[in-house]
Amino acid sequence: MKSFNLRTLSPLLLALGLGLARAADTVKVGVLHSLSGTMAISETSLKDILLFTFDEVNKSGGVKVAGKNYMIEPVIVDPASNWPLFAEKAEELLVKDKVSVVFGCWTSVSRKSVLPVFERNNGLLFYPVQYEGEELSKNIFYTAEAVNQQAIPAVDYMLAEGKKKFYLLGSDYVYPRTTNKILKQYLKSKGIPDSDIEEIYTPFGHTDYQTIVASIKGFAAGGKSCVISTLNGDTNVPFFKEFANAGLTSENCPVVSFSISEDEFRGLPAKELAGHLGCWTYFMSLKTPENAKFVADFQTWLKAPKVTGIDYTVSGVDTKGRVTCSPMNLSRIGVHLWKQAVEKAGSFDVDKVREALIGQKFKGPAGEVTMQANHHLINNAFIGETLPTGQFKIIKTMKGVAGEPFSSKFLGTN
Amino acid sequence: MKGSLKRELWVVGIFALAGLVVLPLLNTLAPVGSALHVSTFTLSVYGKYLCYAVLAMGVNLLWGQTGILSLGQCLFFALGGYALGMHLMLLIGKLGQYHADIPDFMVFLEFPKRYPATGGLPSHWIPFRNLAFALGAVVIVPAAVAAAFGWLAFRSRIKGVYFSILSQALTYAATLLFFRNDFTFGGNNGLTDFKFLLGQDLNAPSTKRSLFIASVLLLLGTYALCRWLTSTKFGLIQRAIRDSENRVLFSGYATADFKLFIFVLAAIISGLGGALYVPQVGIINPSEMGPDKSLEAVVWCAVGGRGSLIGPILGAISCNALKSYATHAFAEQWPYFLGGLFIFVTLFLPEGLVGLPARFARLRRRLKPPSAPTP
Repeated sequence: MKSFNLRTLSPLLLALGLGLARAADTVKVGVLHSLSGTMAISETSLKDILLFTFDEVNKSGGVKVAGKNYMIEPVIVDPASNWPLFAEKAEELLVKDKVSVVFGCWTSVSRKSVLPVFERNNGLLFYPVQYEGEELSKNIFYTAEAVNQQAIPAVDYMLAEGKKKFYLLGSDYVYPRTTNKILKQYLKSKGIPDSDIEEIYTPFGHTDYQTIVASIKGFAAGGKSCVISTLNGDTNVPFFKEFANAGLTSENCPVVSFSISEDEFRGLPAKELAGHLGCWTYFMSLKTPENAKFVADFQTWLKAPKVTGIDYTVSGVDTKGRVTCSPMNLSRIGVHLWKQAVEKAGSFDVDKVREALIGQKFKGPAGEVTMQANHHLINNAFIGETLPTGQFKIIKTMKGVAGEPFSSKFLGTN
Repeated sequence: MKGSLKRELWVVGIFALAGLVVLPLLNTLAPVGSALHVSTFTLSVYGKYLCYAVLAMGVNLLWGQTGILSLGQCLFFALGGYALGMHLMLLIGKLGQYHADIPDFMVFLEFPKRYPATGGLPSHWIPFRNLAFALGAVVIVPAAVAAAFGWLAFRSRIKGVYFSILSQALTYAATLLFFRNDFTFGGNNGLTDFKFLLGQDLNAPSTKRSLFIASVLLLLGTYALCRWLTSTKFGLIQRAIRDSENRVLFSGYATADFKLFIFVLAAIISGLGGALYVPQVGIINPSEMGPDKSLEAVVWCAVGGRGSLIGPILGAISCNALKSYATHAFAEQWPYFLGGLFIFVTLFLPEGLVGLPARFARLRRRLKPPSAPTP
């Protein structure tokens, strides 16, 4: 034992030291998406795309701060589609795990539930799903489409197509209510009288659309009509079936839906919706080199899901029939914008990163995006026509639409 | 029986000491970062479990003590929560997103157009500005709903599984009603982003600590009430109804009245739990009264041990602590993990966690070789 002097030990100590140093060079990042419960079907895809993006960032050397390369280490929690649990898990991520940033939430109510938690603990949340706006927290960055990046472009398109009558149909919750309220004001400002706008809400899980479709048929009898739909989830299937049964088509009365993306078509029969329209800031069918690479990289990653650079096993990734969609694209963009901002700020400190995020640009699959001072993106918006395959044919592109959460600003009212 | 009561009182005493003295002191006095420090976050999470425990006591009062399985107890929990939530909502003042006098959701639903006389506030919201009124509503609203439903159900001699199904239908109907934005209670989003209570900042550690202590007190009070009730003649009739309702009925007792009283009492207890729950979690919305939530509360009782008074408390705290832990540690596998545990408990531990010591004692007796006969 005596022969073990410092000299023989030093390589060992050095190796140990290196090991420790390497282990320390990670940055914890929270993933707050429901993996069980009613929202799991949508949110699991976002968890997957986040892991893919972390892998992408780590492969390219991680997050570089002060000459060090920090590997992203995900901390995944399951708020189980339970809104108070969202608040608890968010606080746990911020207080116990001390994550530098959180990517998460889908529903507005989950975001409303965690908002006070992020403000109280000065955390940072990236929110990637199209929403109703009318909210601006200094602790949340909304890569999501605001109403003026999705609903307004869609209505503009319909107006340009010569539509004069608008049937606003939605599920009864905050996003459809707010969107339609804004659309009504907007349509009025474009000279559409109240009598040519109808507004109807149905409860969650509603299946009987006979009466509503009959009223749409009457409404659309004179032609030049369209339906703006904010129906969510599986209520779309009975609606579109009834719609087709009544002899209504995308020719005589097109429907533009805001809540159906490529990922939803994994669970919905697309042929019922063929010919009708969607509006998003990203479609999988976009023909850009960045998108081709994104789609191909994601497919390759799915074959052997992992996060490079850290000791982490990825499990439970569904590999069948995977597609990309706007919320997934915006989730990924959020990670890249955060990484760039951290590198610019030279720190993980929330206040510094928040400052550095403003003006951050990223050339994404749908073109370049810019983070504005109002925590929303300047992004391109697209109108797509649903194909029976569950993909969209892009029929119109609107470049550089600046997201604005407050309708009073883009409508010019107070 | 006497011995087990003594043991139970010891457990409750230790619980009271931990909840009222030790944990709050460790939160304030132990330095942050030390092993003894209890973070405000931990305290508020446990405060939430305690409110669930109060709810579980309500379920147990019906199921374990009287044999009425209510699958809609969360309706009363949520009603109590909404009543206090409305008061908290009105205390936000101009600090909401719109900086208006009325809650945010009333602004975007254009309530000022619907209720111009009151500046947008529906008339039934106005008295909730007063805390005393809100607290009264916390008790009276769940009690009134329970009295109306219970009167109809028990008078028609609806029992057993039929009562369970009806109670579940009631809470489901209420969920759908509250989901509607026109119902003026915030629709799907419910009530959230509370700022103050009693002039205190709700996010301040001291407020969270006080709410935790209040939850401990409420739970102890509920326990004391239930303990006292079981020792009275009323408690005896209650258990008799559980074991054989027809015999009690034929002995000349109006069992429907007894059951109605218990049902209303359980609703009040659940409502009080809900009222303390809301300021601690910061949100109340219709999904809190969904049938699945009420089923969960029944599961806590089963896991802890129904029939006994501390079983539901133990069950609610341990199930929720386990859920909190598992949704972080096994984010993707936890439903299997927890589901398996529930199956295990139902199959192998019919008396629940409180039955464990007796079970071990029996096991030890069986394993111990028979002692040699004394000469």
